[in-house]
Amino acid sequence: MHVVVFTRSTPDTAARVEVDGSGKVTWGDAATVVNPWDEYALEEAILQAKANGGKTTVIAIGPELHNEALKHSLAMGIDEAIRVWDDGLEGGDSLSYAVAAAAAVNKLGDVDLVLFGKESVDVGTDQHIYQTARKLGWTTLAYVSKIHAVDYAAKTIRVELLLEEGKQTVASKLPAVISVMKDINEPRYPSFIGIRKASKANIPVWSLAELGIGAPAPTTQVTAYRNLPARETKTEMIEGTPQEQAAALLDRLIEEKVL
Amino acid sequence: MSAVFVWIETFNGKAIPASWEALAAGKTLADQFGVPLTALVFGQNAAAVAAEAATYGASKALVSDDATLADFRLEPYAALLTKLVQDSSPKAVAAAATSRGRQLLAASAADTESPMLSDVLRLTVADDKASAERPAYAGKVLSDAAVTADGTQFVAIRSRAFKAAEPQAGAQAEVTTVAPVLSEDQIATKVEAFEAEVGTVNLTDAGIIVSGGRGMANNPKEPPAGTDKPDVWKAQDGFENVLKPMADALGAAVGASRAAVDAGYIPYAHQVGQTGKVVSPDLYIACGISGAIQHQAGMRTSKIIVAINKDPESPIFKMARYGLVGDLYQIVPALTEEIKKRLGK
Ligand SMILES: Cc1cc2nc3c(=O)[nH]c(=O)nc-3n(C[C@H](O)[C@H](O)[C@H](O)COP(=O)(O)OP(=O)(O)OC[C@H]3O[C@@H](n4cnc5c(N)ncnc54)[C@H](O)[C@@H]3O)c2cc1C
Ligand SMILES: Nc1ncnc2c1ncn2[C@@H]1O[C@H](COP(=O)(O)O)[C@@H](O)[C@H]1O
Repeated sequence: MHVVVFTRSTPDTAARVEVDGSGKVTWGDAATVVNPWDEYALEEAILQAKANGGKTTVIAIGPELHNEALKHSLAMGIDEAIRVWDDGLEGGDSLSYAVAAAAAVNKLGDVDLVLFGKESVDVGTDQHIYQTARKLGWTTLAYVSKIHAVDYAAKTIRVELLLEEGKQTVASKLPAVISVMKDINEPRYPSFIGIRKASKANIPVWSLAELGIGAPAPTTQVTAYRNLPARETKTEMIEGTPQEQAAALLDRLIEEKVL
Repeated sequence: MSAVFVWIETFNGKAIPASWEALAAGKTLADQFGVPLTALVFGQNAAAVAAEAATYGASKALVSDDATLADFRLEPYAALLTKLVQDSSPKAVAAAATSRGRQLLAASAADTESPMLSDVLRLTVADDKASAERPAYAGKVLSDAAVTADGTQFVAIRSRAFKAAEPQAGAQAEVTTVAPVLSEDQIATKVEAFEAEVGTVNLTDAGIIVSGGRGMANNPKEPPAGTDKPDVWKAQDGFENVLKPMADALGAAVGASRAAVDAGYIPYAHQVGQTGKVVSPDLYIACGISGAIQHQAGMRTSKIIVAINKDPESPIFKMARYGLVGDLYQIVPALTEEIKKRLGK
């Protein structure tokens, strides 16, 4: 069996992200890390491959910055990493990335399961997951919090999905695209040896020509980034005994008409 | 005969409130394009939900009430939406940007090679094309995204960004029944079981949120002898018997920091922040939460923030409108009393 994980690099969540004078998004000298949600997907791929004697491949679509996430994946124990990039993908949107993502999975050929994290912490549309699945023509199982059973020979899978209202158990078939939640596992830290091996890895870059597709035309475009309007930060500290604090706070909240 | 479609998301045959906000956003598009506003209702009780959609401003409705659509499953839902889009080329399709709404719109936009804007906070239309303001970097900055291609424009509307219309009793919509596209044997996914989470108030819809953090573990109550993890017991007891009563008195939802979730005090569904839910209630009361940047990312657009924390240096106070320094286990019960007294509950 063969499991593929998609990932990308994102700024560390502790970074102060800001838009600079020229309209560019910056995060100072904060590190670029693997998208935190994808660590659960990478861990699950490794667990699945171990349990079923299969192999794992990680794919990122994007410029060299995304090697960071790929190296982290290799250091965790993913077998192969591939970066997909081409001038023709510059300025792409989720739909054009999905076309390239599906073409990359098809090029690998023997894939049973594609894993994604819940969303990316920078773009955060979660569109990539569903659009890649539709371009592959595969079933999507989103927000998976547990894989109850998967049978790669019989091509069946049973999972628990985390809905807004509770937990749903569904059965479906492979190949499938699934996105995983943090309840699913405890991602491992890369080992020292893993990090050393990954740092020496030569990650192949697949072009559109190698994928056998033309440049997908983007349908949307980000035209500007802006800082958030400054928050009203005038803080009023309410003092006194707990009862006095409670009474004074209620006075204010009723005055402000939030209650 | 073009239109703007709005998918009215339902659960157990009832529309979710965010659907009416999406319908309001759809109305602004329909007015700008000069086309009718059509509600799409799939699944149980579709006719009744369509009638309700009329009171919220839909002039037409396409309904499909079929056993294959009883529970939301992406395959039959997306197949049907894609067919409706291919058949009548609507100007736009809107839905609430919930977990289901995002899946459905993204899938159908991919099927039809159409542009999609997600998590829309504000919409404008110029030259027949929509542009949206949307959060980026988990809400740390804002971005403008524009539709650049022709075709149906898919827009997923962020909760609480648009105001639902006042329902007009007696308003009617022209209802057309549509057949599902997939039959049960063409659908790979089968729902086997559902276990509701008791007492969840949907965080993203909530007008008031009361959140607890790691400080919840400093409950003065003693756990029963032999309790395995006393801090977990203390925090869980605090969420249940101290925080929840205040939330109930306010009609509020209960949120939490990641530290509280990771420590097992409360399920993940309650997590607010960069890797939890991004919320913007009118009132957010943070109890025993320090206000880490990842937590801020999830709640910084709340209208009024109240911080209750025993450490006056805690960063949460910098963003709070009102700060109460002290022990949450003394302040929250006092607040609950006061709320009951003033709001007469
Ligand atoms: C990749 C990544 C993603 C993350 N995503 C999120 C996210 O989505 N959401 C999130 O919240 N965090 C997130 N975090 C974690 C974040 O960095 C913080 O660790 C977390 O928010 C801290 O939670 P806390 O405020 O409850 O705990 P602490 O920082 O430990 O704060 C506890 C507070 O409680 C106060 N306190 C203690 N006892 C009492 C008492 N009796 N009465 C009153 N006050 C008391 C203390 O003074 C302190 O300020 C993320 C971190 C990473 C690395
Ligand atoms: N360019 C990309 N290359 C690989 N994976 C991606 C890319 N963009 C997003 N993803 C993954 O798709 C999932 C959803 O991301 P998003 O749609 O950006 O919220 C996450 O697991 C991301 O890591």
